[in-house]
Amino acid sequence: MARNVSTGRKIGTTALAWFVGLVIFFPILWTFLTSFKTELQAISIPPVFVGFDWTLENYQTIQTQSNYFHFMANSIYLSLGSTALGLIVAVPAAWAMAFSPTKRTKDILLWMLSTKMLPAVGVLIPVYLMFIKFGLLDSRLGLIVVLFLINLPIIVWMLYTYFKEIPGEILEAARMDGASLRKEITQVLAPMAVPGIASTVLLNVILSWNEAFWTLNLTTSNAAPLTAFIASFSSPQGNFYAKLSAASMLAIAPILIVGWFSQKQLVRGLTFGAVK
Amino acid sequence: MGQIHLEKVRKTFGDVVIIPDLDLQIEDGEFVVFVGPSGCGKSTLLRLIAGLEDVTGGKIVIDGKDATTLPPAKRGLAMVFQSYALYPHMSVRKNIAFPLKMAGMDKAEIDRRVDYAAKTLNLDNYIDRRPGQLSGGQRQRVAIGRAIVREPKAFLFDEPLSNLDAALRVGMRLEISELHQRLKTTMVYVTHDQVEAMTMADKIVVLRAGNIEQVGSPLELYTAPRNTFVAGFIGSPKMNLLGGAEAAKYQAATMGVRPEHIRLSTTDGAWKGTVKVSEHLGSDTFLHVESPVHDEPLTVRAGGEFPVHAGDVVYLTPQEDKIHRFDDKGLAIKGNGRATG
Ligand SMILES: Nc1ncnc2c1ncn2[C@@H]1O[C@H](COP(=O)(O)OP(=O)(O)O)[C@@H](O)[C@H]1O
Ligand SMILES: [Mg+2]
Repeated sequence: MARNVSTGRKIGTTALAWFVGLVIFFPILWTFLTSFKTELQAISIPPVFVGFDWTLENYQTIQTQSNYFHFMANSIYLSLGSTALGLIVAVPAAWAMAFSPTKRTKDILLWMLSTKMLPAVGVLIPVYLMFIKFGLLDSRLGLIVVLFLINLPIIVWMLYTYFKEIPGEILEAARMDGASLRKEITQVLAPMAVPGIASTVLLNVILSWNEAFWTLNLTTSNAAPLTAFIASFSSPQGNFYAKLSAASMLAIAPILIVGWFSQKQLVRGLTFGAVK
Repeated sequence: MGQIHLEKVRKTFGDVVIIPDLDLQIEDGEFVVFVGPSGCGKSTLLRLIAGLEDVTGGKIVIDGKDATTLPPAKRGLAMVFQSYALYPHMSVRKNIAFPLKMAGMDKAEIDRRVDYAAKTLNLDNYIDRRPGQLSGGQRQRVAIGRAIVREPKAFLFDEPLSNLDAALRVGMRLEISELHQRLKTTMVYVTHDQVEAMTMADKIVVLRAGNIEQVGSPLELYTAPRNTFVAGFIGSPKMNLLGGAEAAKYQAATMGVRPEHIRLSTTDGAWKGTVKVSEHLGSDTFLHVESPVHDEPLTVRAGGEFPVHAGDVVYLTPQEDKIHRFDDKGLAIKGNGRATG
């Protein structure tokens, strides 16, 4: 790996990386800054960057206008519930596909993934009608099921690729070494599979947390998660950019913090067990 | 003990027959090598013996007891895999100790055996590392260590050296041979490399498409190959196999002569030819000679400093007493059949 890279080149690539990073990060930074401005400063032209009167007013107003914790609790319910349900179905499914594949396994995987290419709005009406029929509108249970189903192809696919990485020979070695099925699973398989499962859980929680189409269309208040909370501040009464920004910050904060602290775990999950 | 008898063992995957009825006797303490081209069913046969695959038909008898339906762990065999198959989340110590732990052995005895194995395999300095932090050769040793601590009835090796570089491979080859000398335990070793087979085996089993082509000691296979396949497969470089008029002179459909059994001259001999390529290895020189007697270049071994170059004209003479003759089915014909031409 010891390649000779000139200092000039190193500086160039570092600068480029920073630039790309900043471009991607900028909208979030701008939202963050705007959330501390007054509504007037938020729309002032030319825009102010940091030289404004920092205020917590927006956050206070939001708290009085709506119940943030109600929405957050729903977000937690929905993302964890759909993820748990997803694991219960996807772990055995991906397991079977990875360790005893048939001629059709690849086709089934592709078919599952292809359902993600269908525009969601195409099935909105039928799903909506079913929700009415079963009395699931604005219920957490109904949404958990929908989120679980729309993410299922991704969970199965992701777990499948992780499980596929576990060499079958290692399991056979354990069998030769006299491990019972239970020992094989607890002492050999699980330690190798857990990092992959952890990454999958994390991604799925993030996806469910951010899902907006179904959560907005199938809830009104009772089961509404943070996406609905944000949406409620982009109302037709006028442009309240500062409050909207504050709401957005509050909505993404929990998942941002979770993501930040599990960063290491995520990366480890992607590289662990790479023994070839 | 470590006696393995295969009786009419058969294996099919769906409609595809990988191993048609096969009989084989492996005696206690033998070093048996399965050799054959890639895809001929060597690994499948080894996995049948290990119990990792179920036989479609026939019987596997280990030490006089029918083991056909026993699970792998109950057969008392240890296996070393091509990929080493170490447990990536365990230290070297834990890897080696794993089979003993599974057998419920007490801690003190496990430690004693693991320490001993680590010492004999030069692993004591790495004992607390994970497999990911070891080189290929060290991983290979850990895999062997994990196999020997159990004191199995027999060792099964599936191409254990094919992931190592050439220099390391020669070293490990010797180590495994020494291990066999020391332990005197039955070893069944799979390889596609006939050099490994020749150097390590007491008994070589040559396989082609799931069929046993010949069983014998390395020397037997070298001096008396049963058919053209074995003749071409065993020995390096390959035996020259000629058909047509040359073979007819010896009353055979095919005649064969090894590169080391051809006399070389710059002035006279049986076959005239032109040197196409000469490979100098120092101790030996191998010439690839184009000659009208055969449509492919003939390979000839010359002394290390034989002074020829590409384009030179040479004469080749096969040594009469080293000629192999085969009939139109490719089977060896006994006797040397003097040339009539
Ligand atoms: N699980 C399996 N299902 C179907 N075919 C298999 C399976 N395992 C091996 N084979 C086939 O059996 C043949 C022999 O394989 P193998 O024993 O691995 O050969 P070798 O080890 O001699 O290279 C190959 O043609 C391979 O494709
Ligand atoms: Mg093989």
